[in-house]
Amino acid sequence: MGRVQELIDMTELPMIGKLNKPLKEIVKIDNILTGGHRLCAGCGAGTMARQVTLAAKAMDQPFMITNATGCLEVATTIYPFTAWKVPFMHNAFENASATASGTIAAFEAMKRKGIYDGEQPKMIVFGGDGGTYDIGLQSLSGAVERGHDFVYVCYNNGAYMNTGIQRSGGTPMSAATTTSPAGTKIPGKIKWAKPLAEIMAAHDIPVFTASPFYYRDLMTKTQEALKYEGPAFILIDSPCNLGHKHAPGESLEITKLAVQTCFFPLYSTYLDNWKLTGESLKIAKGQSEKLPVTDYFKTQGRFKHLFEPQWADKLVEIQKTIDEKWERLKKKAGF
Amino acid sequence: MIYEAIIMGMTGDEAVAWAAKQVNPDVVPAYPITPQTIIVERFSDYVNDGLVDTAFVPVESEHSAMSASVGASATGARVFTATASAGLALMNEILYVASGLRLPIVLAVANRALSAPINIHAECTDQLVTRDASWISLFGETAQEAYDETIMAFKIGEHPDVMLPVMYGIEGFIVTHALERVDTLPDEAIRNFLPPKREISHVLDPSEAKTFGSLVLQDYYMEIKRQQEEAMERAYHVTKEVMAEYSEISGRKYEILEEYHLDDAEYAFVTYGATAGNAKAVVDLLRAKGEKVGALKIRMFRPFPGNDIYEALKGKKAVAILDRSATFGSPGTIVQNDLASALYMKQGAPSLHGFINGLGGRVLMHEEKEQIYDQVKQYHADGKTHTQEWVGYRS
Repeated sequence: MGRVQELIDMTELPMIGKLNKPLKEIVKIDNILTGGHRLCAGCGAGTMARQVTLAAKAMDQPFMITNATGCLEVATTIYPFTAWKVPFMHNAFENASATASGTIAAFEAMKRKGIYDGEQPKMIVFGGDGGTYDIGLQSLSGAVERGHDFVYVCYNNGAYMNTGIQRSGGTPMSAATTTSPAGTKIPGKIKWAKPLAEIMAAHDIPVFTASPFYYRDLMTKTQEALKYEGPAFILIDSPCNLGHKHAPGESLEITKLAVQTCFFPLYSTYLDNWKLTGESLKIAKGQSEKLPVTDYFKTQGRFKHLFEPQWADKLVEIQKTIDEKWERLKKKAGF
Repeated sequence: MIYEAIIMGMTGDEAVAWAAKQVNPDVVPAYPITPQTIIVERFSDYVNDGLVDTAFVPVESEHSAMSASVGASATGARVFTATASAGLALMNEILYVASGLRLPIVLAVANRALSAPINIHAECTDQLVTRDASWISLFGETAQEAYDETIMAFKIGEHPDVMLPVMYGIEGFIVTHALERVDTLPDEAIRNFLPPKREISHVLDPSEAKTFGSLVLQDYYMEIKRQQEEAMERAYHVTKEVMAEYSEISGRKYEILEEYHLDDAEYAFVTYGATAGNAKAVVDLLRAKGEKVGALKIRMFRPFPGNDIYEALKGKKAVAILDRSATFGSPGTIVQNDLASALYMKQGAPSLHGFINGLGGRVLMHEEKEQIYDQVKQYHADGKTHTQEWVGYRS
């Protein structure tokens, strides 16, 4: 439990400047997810995966990846090629956590029996919002309850992008998808996204939210999650220019706006110890301005319909709810 | 060399658990379901009493049991799990991943009827309908066979020429919960038969950047599937070899088919699993009355030993297939369909008559089996070549 203590004793999360090595050193490391993968130009999954794996590689310990079916998996492992420079396992859509738990258990047992003499590898599991909020939630919750040593990274782009932009449990309120279209009667999705980070926090494990725009925060949180002996969860806001409908070059700017509008706040939490981090901490302290959610919405085609006069009230209602959610989070974080 | 047996009294489930304990697998991910529960309960005892070195992963569903088995087996670990009925149905998606990734996971199935209506008793439909999942599929008749097949299953699946998962079924309650004498092997015999470390070249290893579970499109998918079929064809030979080798150390004769009074028989029962015992008893009764009848037990359902079955049944007039499984709107019972395909247009092939019976644990009495025998004789006299019907139910 020594490492747990180290984590909860941290007084100022995020640990800006507390990466185990200077970024100037870390950027010298060859990419774990190499060029030649077939993710779309502008896709956030590749960016987020590179940040996570660079942070992991900088820790100088062996690690492996298990990936749920989804964009990141299909676009990086088209046989007979692979874009991954670490051991990589894909099983199916809903079972990445269960698969990883088997792999972790196998090395533990084989080491105990003297069949495997290498170091126990760390395990990073990647899943999209469909594979995590929806179809893979049971597998994730079960693996977390059993306490396997893995870091689950959910890259949330707010819909089933791999299959053509269908709504998921992670799709935001009112976002237009192909199964929650912006209709004349119903303006996109009619429910708020499932509070996944809170659900995972209720398992009494370290939980982090992160954005690839704030890469130092994301990589620091990755290292904190990996240092923890046991399950940890990271929810990453991941842009999808095809699904969110914006130009490929705008992806990271838009994830920045998600944080600046408190649509996607950055925080760490463990055993009810909630800490805002980075830009979100600055907003809470009044050091940065909290932008209106319309600044985020107007950058993306998936929210375009909300700016029609017919849905003006909806936009007001959404802003009100985001404000309420932000205030609740601030309160939990001691503001 | 035949090892001296250590005689124990065990139920079928206990025999499976005891064999698994002796094999000492690296990982056992498992989820409880009646009538498989005794297997995981006993194995949990062995884990918590330190009698095995296994990592026991008590997953939250059978889907996760098979998923964790895949994740574990890919590392080269030896993996065992067990399930039944709805649990096997829930695993179904990942059965194909296990075989497609060529992972020799061993799965004990406590054969049980599928819902609805919900029922916990014996029926083999659960296992038979996985026939196209590229798993080697065996059935056992007794607790003794449950014990022996557990040990053989690892050796068959892990053979470098095979590298396919293996499931073997024992019928719910009839075998899983019935107490029998079981002759077990000493641990030493099992260590010699099945060395603790699997012989395997391609594994998920932290020191090598290998990718498992790739997306394979039109350009390679069919080649990979074809390799599975070739492995299945080799599994036919490997299973025979492994059974012969096991026969030598156990003194119990194991073959992919078991013949009973077939040589001079004009008619035969074809069975698998526990029904084989009943069929043999009925053969004895009919033989006492002077009838020329025998029985054939199919121990290996996949790969389906069509030619061996043809050789065993060649020259018989007609056979009754006693199929404890349900299929609807089908030209035959499940096993009858395979038999028909294997014997079609072959010289001297008998006519085939399938009987769906014993669903949900319903018992088919000896008298009813004798009636089936009379019926099949009549079908033959009438020139019928193929019938399928349900027996032993109230209309």
